[in-house]
Amino acid sequence: MDYRFTPEQEAFRKGFVSWLGNNLPEEWSPNRLRNYHTTEAWADAYKRFQKRLFDAGYAAMHYPKEYGGQGKSLMDEVIVLQTIANTCIELRMPGVVTLGMAVPTIATCGNEEQKKEFLPRIFDGTHIWCQGFSEPNAGSDVANCATRAVRQNGHYILDGQKTWTSFAHMSDYCILLVRTDPGVAKHKGLSYLLVDMKTKGIEIRPMTQITGEAEFNEVFFDNVKVPLEMRVGQEGQGWMIAITTLMFERTVGDATMAAAYEKNIEKMLEMAKTTMRSGKLVIDDPVFRQQLAQACIDVMVLKYHGLRSLSKQLQGGIPGPEGSIGKLLWSEPNQRISDAVLSMQGPNSQVLRGTPWSIQDGHWQYGFLRAKGNTIEAGTSEIQRNIIGERCLNLPKDVSRVARQK
Amino acid sequence: MDIKFSEDQVEILRQARRFCENEMPMTYVRTMFEDERGFTDEVWSKMVEIGWTAMLLPEAYGGLGMELLDMSIVLEELGRAVSPGPLFSTVLLGASAIAEAGSDAQKQRYLPAVAEGTMRGTLALHEPGSGADPGYIMMEAMRDGDGFIVSGTKLFVPDAHVSDFIVCAVRTEKGGDPSKSITLLLIDAKTPGLMISLLPTMDGTRKLCAVEFKNVSVGKDAMLGEMNRGWGPLRKVMQKAQVGLCAECVGGAEKAMEFATEYAKVRVQFDQPIGSFQAIKHRCAQMYVDVESARSLLYWASWAQDHGDANEAAIAASAAKVYCTEVYRNVSASAIQVLGGTGFSWEHDIHFYLKRAKANEVALGDLAYHREQVIGLVAQ
Repeated sequence: MDYRFTPEQEAFRKGFVSWLGNNLPEEWSPNRLRNYHTTEAWADAYKRFQKRLFDAGYAAMHYPKEYGGQGKSLMDEVIVLQTIANTCIELRMPGVVTLGMAVPTIATCGNEEQKKEFLPRIFDGTHIWCQGFSEPNAGSDVANCATRAVRQNGHYILDGQKTWTSFAHMSDYCILLVRTDPGVAKHKGLSYLLVDMKTKGIEIRPMTQITGEAEFNEVFFDNVKVPLEMRVGQEGQGWMIAITTLMFERTVGDATMAAAYEKNIEKMLEMAKTTMRSGKLVIDDPVFRQQLAQACIDVMVLKYHGLRSLSKQLQGGIPGPEGSIGKLLWSEPNQRISDAVLSMQGPNSQVLRGTPWSIQDGHWQYGFLRAKGNTIEAGTSEIQRNIIGERCLNLPKDVSRVARQK
Repeated sequence: MDIKFSEDQVEILRQARRFCENEMPMTYVRTMFEDERGFTDEVWSKMVEIGWTAMLLPEAYGGLGMELLDMSIVLEELGRAVSPGPLFSTVLLGASAIAEAGSDAQKQRYLPAVAEGTMRGTLALHEPGSGADPGYIMMEAMRDGDGFIVSGTKLFVPDAHVSDFIVCAVRTEKGGDPSKSITLLLIDAKTPGLMISLLPTMDGTRKLCAVEFKNVSVGKDAMLGEMNRGWGPLRKVMQKAQVGLCAECVGGAEKAMEFATEYAKVRVQFDQPIGSFQAIKHRCAQMYVDVESARSLLYWASWAQDHGDANEAAIAASAAKVYCTEVYRNVSASAIQVLGGTGFSWEHDIHFYLKRAKANEVALGDLAYHREQVIGLVAQ
């Protein structure tokens, strides 16, 4: 057992850290909560940054060269992702779905033409992708998907609605779950499509969320024509492919998430060392010290559990249902930590960014509200616990669910 | 980065699981729970034979020179079996202190005997006023010629009643800084003036004693390490032992989870197995999350004691002590809820797990103590 990087990995890491220090966008500052205030500016910043990574040989480290990758190891990719997460996660955010979900799906389940067509243009920052899984009546029950795709003259004709589609408003393409056969059991009648977001008949309506921003969207499909060759895998395999996508999202994502949270811990400690209560620093209060310590411990758990899962995947393991643990280990502590930090700030915790009384430019106010989505997005905590209970512990499914699937 | 067991470690695990199942079934645990001594010579000598008393000791003194991670694998299995007996106190407290701080002569005299199983020892830290702070050491040792006279009381000393030697932390200099005022004394358990009595505690699988010192006179050769410099080695000994407790906690929590999940699959109410209800399923799923994440922290903390720098080793030990003991407590308590009335009965074995969990939570520093250690180290 060894938790250290090899000397080669450490040298690579140092090289990347120093490259990154010299290649951050000029307008970007680590001290502002937000550096980009419009969707267009944010998407543009991501694309420019991704292009810079690509040109310097730091994009898609572990993908083959023929698809625009670097042909190196997954560990090198993780080192790049961790460093970015720890330094400038804002520049990565618009690409999270693209790189974390669209890429592994296309690379694992797509055909040769699809890989050659789409992967290089993702890796060089040309395209942003979104993911159309959730619908008004398919939340936790993803397989209840009702968006129809009917074959007609070498095309699918799409009708229906997706919702909670992150970054759809800045996306060029979408990975889309559709129903191609309404006559079979619900998870058997689904197919997986790659859809150009500029196709006629697609309408995107941003949804304002709890933070006041619009990261999510409703996406409407009205008589949208998609060529048959844009289907991934066979007709009816959509559910299986969607599950694969979700599992790949986990391991690398968790390893990256820990790095972002370590940055958050730094910010938390900096806050505790500079914020006063009753003439005393937060860091000197014995009750808050306990909470600060627990936050540090929670992030260590996420980090070392993530490394253990990653190590398993590096040794050829396929990410399995235990990935659901990682989801719970980042989403729930993030809520606890941001909530505890607000409590430490007393009445100042109410103040948003941009005033002399704001703390750390409103970092925790945004963080607290955004964290409320963490236990809902990418599979609710309840769904994760169902997966763990049924697939890791082999507990029986509930009777009504078994009856409905028959 | 490579986070998996070596082939040898997989074998250690297999052997330990088999040993516990064959030699320490619950019938043995139940008998020893009521027994004053708390173990049989037969089981002890089999543990010695398999090498568990020698694993952590240096090869130069009859040991096997293995790493803490190897020992953690064994302790995880012992925790799974809520194994009674003085292995933990002898290996991770008494002998560990001699290996860390002792002179060559002291090591020669004690360590081969520990490895061979002919000698047992423990560590006396806690005092009536120290609460959960293992560093609050006020019992004074007065200089008496070359040696010392010791008077006072040490509490919660594990297995002192079956120990041949006791490593005792005493104060030899007034003032607040423990790193300049604590000395370790290596005292024969039969020294006149030393009185050992068993404390009636909830967890009968790990015996705790009160050790009273009445003008106990020890010679110069009793000093373990340097005068007033006992705190440094003591911290290292405690860190490894804390990680050892974490290993027990992970093993015990996993077994508690298995009790609950197996029961949830077969217990039928409202015409279906209770494990199909989300109220029960999610409780069990949380146990799995807790056990596996605690295990991840345990492996890192074990590894860090042998390979990390001093800071990483200290942070990892305290973080793991908080997380793994809390997980054991929560999982064993939650398992009782899933087991319902059965879980509340003396007949079911789950209560031994809850009791060990509560004992481990406060041993060698409780949650509040270790959180304070963590924040002190990361925010310095």
